[in-house]
Amino acid sequence: MKFAVIVFPGSNCDIDMYHAIKDELGEEVEYVWHDADNLEEFDGILLPGGFSYGDYLRSGAIAQFSNVMSEVVKAAEQGKPVLGVCNGFQILLEVGLLPGAMRRNESLSFICETVPLKVENNKTLFTSQYEKDEVIQIPIAHGEGNYYCDEETLKGLQENGQIVFTYSGKNPNGSVSDIAGIMNTKGNVLGMMPHPERAMEDLLGSSDGKKLFQSIVKNWRESHVVNA
Amino acid sequence: MSLMLEPNTTQIKEEKLYQQMGLTDEEFATVEKILGRTPNYTETGLFSVMWSEHCSYKNSKPVLKKFPITGEKVLQGPGEGAGIVDIGDEQAVVFKIESHNHPSAIEPYQGAATGVGGIIRDVFSMGARPIALLNSLRFGELETERVKYLFKEVVAGIAGYGNCIGIPTVGGEVQFDASYEGNPLVNAMCVGLIDHKDIKKGQAHGVGNTVMYVGAKTGRDGIHGATFASEELGEDSDEKRPAVQVGDPFMEKLLIEACLELIQSDALVGIQDMGAAGLTSSSAEMASKAGSGIEMNLDLVPQREIGMTAYEMMLSESQERMLIVVKKGREQEIVDLFSKYDLDAVAIGHVTDDKNLRLLHNGEVVADVPVDSLAEDAPVYHKPSREPEYFKKFQQTEINLPEVKDYKETLLRLLQQPTIASKEWVYRQYDHQVRTSTVVSPGSDAAVVRVRGTRKALAMTTDCNSRYLYLDPEVGGRIAVAEAARNIVCSGAQPLAITDCLNFGNPEKPEIFWQIEKAVDGMSDACRQLSTPVIGGNVSLYNESKGTAVYPTPVVGMVGLIEDLDHITTQAFKAAGDLIYVIGESKGEFGGSELQKMLMGDIFGTSPSIDLTVELDRQKSLLTAIQKGLVASAHDLAEGGLTVALAESTFGTKELGAAVQLSGENLVAEMFDETQSRFIVSVKPENKESFEAIMQDARHIGYVTSDSKLTITDQNEEVLLTTDTNQLESAWKGAIPCLLKSKA
Repeated sequence: MKFAVIVFPGSNCDIDMYHAIKDELGEEVEYVWHDADNLEEFDGILLPGGFSYGDYLRSGAIAQFSNVMSEVVKAAEQGKPVLGVCNGFQILLEVGLLPGAMRRNESLSFICETVPLKVENNKTLFTSQYEKDEVIQIPIAHGEGNYYCDEETLKGLQENGQIVFTYSGKNPNGSVSDIAGIMNTKGNVLGMMPHPERAMEDLLGSSDGKKLFQSIVKNWRESHVVNA
Repeated sequence: MSLMLEPNTTQIKEEKLYQQMGLTDEEFATVEKILGRTPNYTETGLFSVMWSEHCSYKNSKPVLKKFPITGEKVLQGPGEGAGIVDIGDEQAVVFKIESHNHPSAIEPYQGAATGVGGIIRDVFSMGARPIALLNSLRFGELETERVKYLFKEVVAGIAGYGNCIGIPTVGGEVQFDASYEGNPLVNAMCVGLIDHKDIKKGQAHGVGNTVMYVGAKTGRDGIHGATFASEELGEDSDEKRPAVQVGDPFMEKLLIEACLELIQSDALVGIQDMGAAGLTSSSAEMASKAGSGIEMNLDLVPQREIGMTAYEMMLSESQERMLIVVKKGREQEIVDLFSKYDLDAVAIGHVTDDKNLRLLHNGEVVADVPVDSLAEDAPVYHKPSREPEYFKKFQQTEINLPEVKDYKETLLRLLQQPTIASKEWVYRQYDHQVRTSTVVSPGSDAAVVRVRGTRKALAMTTDCNSRYLYLDPEVGGRIAVAEAARNIVCSGAQPLAITDCLNFGNPEKPEIFWQIEKAVDGMSDACRQLSTPVIGGNVSLYNESKGTAVYPTPVVGMVGLIEDLDHITTQAFKAAGDLIYVIGESKGEFGGSELQKMLMGDIFGTSPSIDLTVELDRQKSLLTAIQKGLVASAHDLAEGGLTVALAESTFGTKELGAAVQLSGENLVAEMFDETQSRFIVSVKPENKESFEAIMQDARHIGYVTSDSKLTITDQNEEVLLTTDTNQLESAWKGAIPCLLKSKA
């Protein structure tokens, strides 16, 4: 399986995402600069964290207009797995692939720490390797991770099983319904504030993020065998 | 647009306008002698900023010469953007610490943010990839709204810049003391990694080669920042706000990536950050170091504002700019490289052979002065030095502590002293994990960052107990270096070298100059004995407000090498049943201790003593024991002494506690004094004999328990203290947030 790590000016978790795939998963991965106009050769798209365009105006607000984003939308429409982490999640919201919006953390401060997450839905191509309700340790590092959506949207997310991860301990940022990660209705676009790519090795404190990437690869392999 | 006419040479001289720029009458006369004429306004500006203490070290040079600066692993000592030390496998570590005290006192967010930005540029200008940030902060007591504001904003500024740029802030220290009330200290350190083949220098070689300006445009911010940094803070300091620069971490992130791509190009000859004194220092120093000259046409400098004068452009400290020298004819490659990142790269001049800095503006030569006179010929002052009265008095003062009756209450209160209390409130605002290489996060003795693709890791710390330095700058200077090394060793690393940031008061006062001299003597001594040369650093003087100096605070930034990831050791206890040892005996030293400060409201008397031979011996043995896998946890004894260190070793473990028996006569000393060169370590039972064979100074005092209780008994098994460690931990964690919330 071949992944693209999209790099915007100001992305800074691109290298972490790259090494997570290459070193810990052993899959193919390439950096793709924001002006690229073709993602056909890639099987999965990763939007890393960071401060694209300095997060000026609003997190992800400028990145949504990058050349590559229309290709990311296309890939999503083709059913390819698209994962946005942190700033990547914010960009997915801005470009409209996921519903809702992001506000500043309730504390108004940036927060970096490892927090427990609950796997709300394990019947997704991103979480099939986890147990339902499994609690995993994943780092967060954001200043604007306070997810918000209106009640109707929230109801939709709940009914369709689109809420993939919630904060299982104290909600660190004030997000609606403790939401940490959501997916689209089709189930191939996941946005999450916590950083699974930072939880790939016990040496660094947790390897609970590994199953997320393993799920993506396994599901891709299986669908590929079926389609072949 | 600036419509003001610049003063002419007669006005500069007769109205002594140079004084406003910080030049003395004698210095101005020297400039006239060098030039053989009276300098014009721009030239006066060039000299004043290059001859400021901040750029020239004119007051500190004779003292700095005492530092040992060489060692077999040192690849680059002081004098370039940052020092470099070999770590094997054709790799090296690059690091430096720098102050941004004055800007932070006036505009704390931007002052701290641009301090971080500046030190990062120093590191990547050597060709290195910045991999970690640390800091060392000092504030007044957390009691007034002003101090709380400074503290919050400085932390926010460091977070704002470091988080955005994607370099983890992995460690540091924060201390609070009344002497820093009006003049906080904000020191930032950056650590980078480099392959030997990529090492670059800030030198303008090759006559005819092209001088290019890259990065952000020049504005009117930070004009005379270096001069501002070289005087005391006063009532009118707020008016100097325009001398504080404004940072743009996004711009710097692009600049890093572009410059690291540039490093790989053989078109590059030299590269230097436009830091303090901006375009002036970068051009003059690059030419001076190469024995060449530079001519620049200022009309070509990318400008953010209209109508800027030559003076303004040369003295601006706008951030995120670099000066580079490239081979003639290769300019377009550089322009193309930077345009990928939407950055300016503009040829603004060339290297000459006349050793002059010549500036053209609007078709005229606006400055023409010898580069060496700017970069090398600043006057050097041997300031008078005098032993202060307070020191003489303290040497004779006996320390009679009030009786300590309730040990548990004493421990609880010590853990809530802001200097000891958990700094989680600070570091959870810093992204300390980005780049996914941080093995030991903030909160342990030293931070540890692995070197990806190898089994190696780097340990790093910043340290300085300025209370000891105030009581005795020479002994305190020794302790500052030794304590940094202790932290490095506790993490499993061999100390390599240090960078220092010498924060002192006004050197024109003989008592302050004496502090500087003595501190440097002590540090040099320790650096020699512990084989950790000084590979670079920064001097920040005039840290005074309303005539009162800060404590002498020569912050030590140290880096060590961990040979194998398996050697990484942390301070937290690991398993119930492990044996607890204390290395080194208490001598009952309370001068400058946290207990003295807490019980008596101030510090006085003599500082704790230190024997560097003992220190080195213990550090070597402990590192050997760690490398042999015999040590489960290691923590140095610092503020608050043994009991605080024991409590800290249980923190973060949830259920582990400790049961310890003390044997000495003076129990308060055993429990809380700050005798140096000591450690708490835990050892698995099966390693008892091997450990004791290596670590002769170790005394077995108890066991790690599984009951989340800290219990200390005396030799008759009388319980001195027993308490729930979770209660201790929550008091320790809650202290700073609580102080910030409480109304002054």
